[in-house]
Amino acid sequence: MLEGIMIGLTAAFSIQNLLMVIAGCLIGTFIGMLPGLGPMSIIAIMIPVAITLGDPTAALILLAGVYYGAIFGGSTSSILLNAPGVAGTVATSFDGYPMARKGQAGKALTIAAVASFAGGTIGAILLMIFAPALSSVALLFHSAEYFALMVVGLSAIAAFAGTGQVAKALMMTILGLILATVGEGALFNMPRFTMGLMDLQSGISFITLAMAMFALPEAMFLVLNPARGSNGQEGGSGKITGLRFSRQEAKAMAPVIGRQSVQGFFIGVLPGAGATIASFLGYAVERNIAKGEEQAEFGKGSVKGLAAPETANNAACTGSFVPLLTLGIPGSGTTAILLGALIALNVTPGPRLMTDTPEVFWAVIISMFIGNLVLLILNLPLIPYIAKILSIPRNYLIPFILFFTLMGAYIGQNNATELLILVGLGVMATIFRFADYPLAPLLIGFILGTMLEDNFARSMQLYRGLDFIIERPMTLALLVLALLLVLLPSYRARRARKRAEGVADGD
Amino acid sequence: MNTLGWTRRALIAAATATMSFGGPALADGHQVLDSIHFVIPGGAGGGWDGTARGTGEALTESGLVGSASYENMSGGGGGVAIAYMIENAESLDDTIMVNSTPIVIRSLTGVFPQSFRDLTLVAGTIGDYAAIVVPTSSEVGSMEDLLAAYQEQGADFAIGGGSVPGGMDHLVAAMVMQAAGEDPTAVNYIPYDAGGEAMAGLLSGEIDALSTGFSEAIALADQGEVRILGVSAPERVAAFDEAPTFMEQGIDTTFVNWRGFFAAPGLPEERLKQFQDAIAAMYDTEAWETVRARNGWVNIHNPGDDFRAFLEAQEQEIGDLMRTLGFL
Repeated sequence: MLEGIMIGLTAAFSIQNLLMVIAGCLIGTFIGMLPGLGPMSIIAIMIPVAITLGDPTAALILLAGVYYGAIFGGSTSSILLNAPGVAGTVATSFDGYPMARKGQAGKALTIAAVASFAGGTIGAILLMIFAPALSSVALLFHSAEYFALMVVGLSAIAAFAGTGQVAKALMMTILGLILATVGEGALFNMPRFTMGLMDLQSGISFITLAMAMFALPEAMFLVLNPARGSNGQEGGSGKITGLRFSRQEAKAMAPVIGRQSVQGFFIGVLPGAGATIASFLGYAVERNIAKGEEQAEFGKGSVKGLAAPETANNAACTGSFVPLLTLGIPGSGTTAILLGALIALNVTPGPRLMTDTPEVFWAVIISMFIGNLVLLILNLPLIPYIAKILSIPRNYLIPFILFFTLMGAYIGQNNATELLILVGLGVMATIFRFADYPLAPLLIGFILGTMLEDNFARSMQLYRGLDFIIERPMTLALLVLALLLVLLPSYRARRARKRAEGVADGD
Repeated sequence: MNTLGWTRRALIAAATATMSFGGPALADGHQVLDSIHFVIPGGAGGGWDGTARGTGEALTESGLVGSASYENMSGGGGGVAIAYMIENAESLDDTIMVNSTPIVIRSLTGVFPQSFRDLTLVAGTIGDYAAIVVPTSSEVGSMEDLLAAYQEQGADFAIGGGSVPGGMDHLVAAMVMQAAGEDPTAVNYIPYDAGGEAMAGLLSGEIDALSTGFSEAIALADQGEVRILGVSAPERVAAFDEAPTFMEQGIDTTFVNWRGFFAAPGLPEERLKQFQDAIAAMYDTEAWETVRARNGWVNIHNPGDDFRAFLEAQEQEIGDLMRTLGFL
């Protein structure tokens, strides 16, 4: 391994490759910040550039830089605009946006940068240690386990829901699951709920739905509710002070970052799970671990609630490189695009990558350390300027958000009907927002719905029934965990109520 | 300064001369078309996208076409792009659309109302054979072993693939089993969302065998992950001649997943000929060889009427099988 690290260091510190890291991170951050342009589309745009480089090491370093740069940039738009362009940073907006509204945008961005840096760096160390060994773990998971994992992901929604919101959250989750059934499923040869429209044949696009749920209602809300808008402006405008967080806050964050880098990394290793599930699960777990007041703070601008998903999504990004580099199996859409680029450059990722082309493997890992450092250096001094987005007067910002939302939905698909779907869903989401229904569970239900159904159907077909629940112990264990996740909040609430009643009785 | 200028000019002249003498004979600026516009029925980064952009790159690099532009138009499993080609036929003289085997399958199942007959057929350009693979650790060593295991285990013997039931990977598995004398409807086909996911399923032991594209299978066989039991080519493929064909194992079936180009209906004869000439000349250029090798494509050139005969035969074969399987 030491020899490998040396090869990696030599390759990664060449001037060309250092430039690639910096270029990749810069491009990723700036484009990732724009709502609607996720890492997948950015990497797809960058592939021709990377291939013309001709050098697989440089190409992969550039694309990896774009990837984690985009996740960094994505959290900025989640915090400042509540418009996550990347599914992996949806959970970031839960506490990041409330913090920004409280006038702590600067602090929120710093925390996001530090947590991302820690998650990415610890993830890279874990990748270095575990990549060789981990290649076998991912293979223990069958469709049955993936199905159970999705159930865990969905039951975590009960943990997101605030007091009195559980029923609403579950309703929105089910609506998300329903929306996920539109189109030709991967396992069925039949178009479902397309109403005969060709544009719905391949289902509702995730990017369109995400922007309809988050960006559009935000803009509409500001238009329809100007009082609230100017309020937000007061909070966000002026000088962004207080970039630093206190020692106390650092102390609160440290264990969260420690736990979430490890948990996020391992979730990222599982093919199909990735940054999104890692960030949601990370948020849910930390919310359940937190006690009393700290728990109540979640969703209202908690430091822990922001650090958890930010650490987890970056660690998971790094983790997703494990199946890619060791098995040649892409665990996510983004790594699938990276795989395509590598094959185009005549490098076949797989178990033999480490022995055949060690310079590619190790240079990419070393460049991850450099990239994370570059992003931290880039982001900390730039934060006041980035945060200036908030001091743009609302009447300029709203058209800007609308423009990029509509552009984002149109680019990549080049299909004008996508705009109509976006606006339709956006109007629906705005109504939900006014009625105080949470929109995040809908998106989670939508993302997990397809995978849940596919894996369930596959398991049913393989075991000709529901026997897989009993026959596969890991599936059973995960399902029990999901049940606990659902019951825990209500158990706690009941205990708290009882205690409160007891006090009242004693009075 | 002046001397340097002359030296430099001489050098450039010498370099240019070397290039034009050394280059392939057909690539010396023998331009057939000014420009080509490619319509891609799917998003950036997919198989159709790679085919169109690779072809465009080879055509412009070799000087056969002046410039190429691309337009991604996804939706309706390709139906949106087909409808676009037909509705705007009059203004699409310089436009060709990329497509592949699914245009046959999807018009059979009625995903879109049109078929290849509603378009002008330019040429089939490349293809990939299909293969059935098992993990290297599997006891199954040949198609004979696989059939024995299948007869013994029945529906417990699961064959996976990266397409929907009735999609390409399923049809290939059913076609092979039918040619081997088994009931194609009894095959327990397990569908996955994509080839990579199906491969993970195979390596985890969830499925016993996998129906996949031959180029994907070669990549994994090279890494020592899988063993190729059979390939759907008429004879062994030079790129990986260790892999036996189904034919030589007594299973009389061949299949090729082609990719090719279509133009708008009613395209002037003269323009069609230009498209076909440019593509035919492309095969002899170095630029194409670079693109082809980079992507691991197999040259399967089927211009004009050959393309029609090929598509009609494939439609007949796939249609019969889908009727047997109950999809039509």
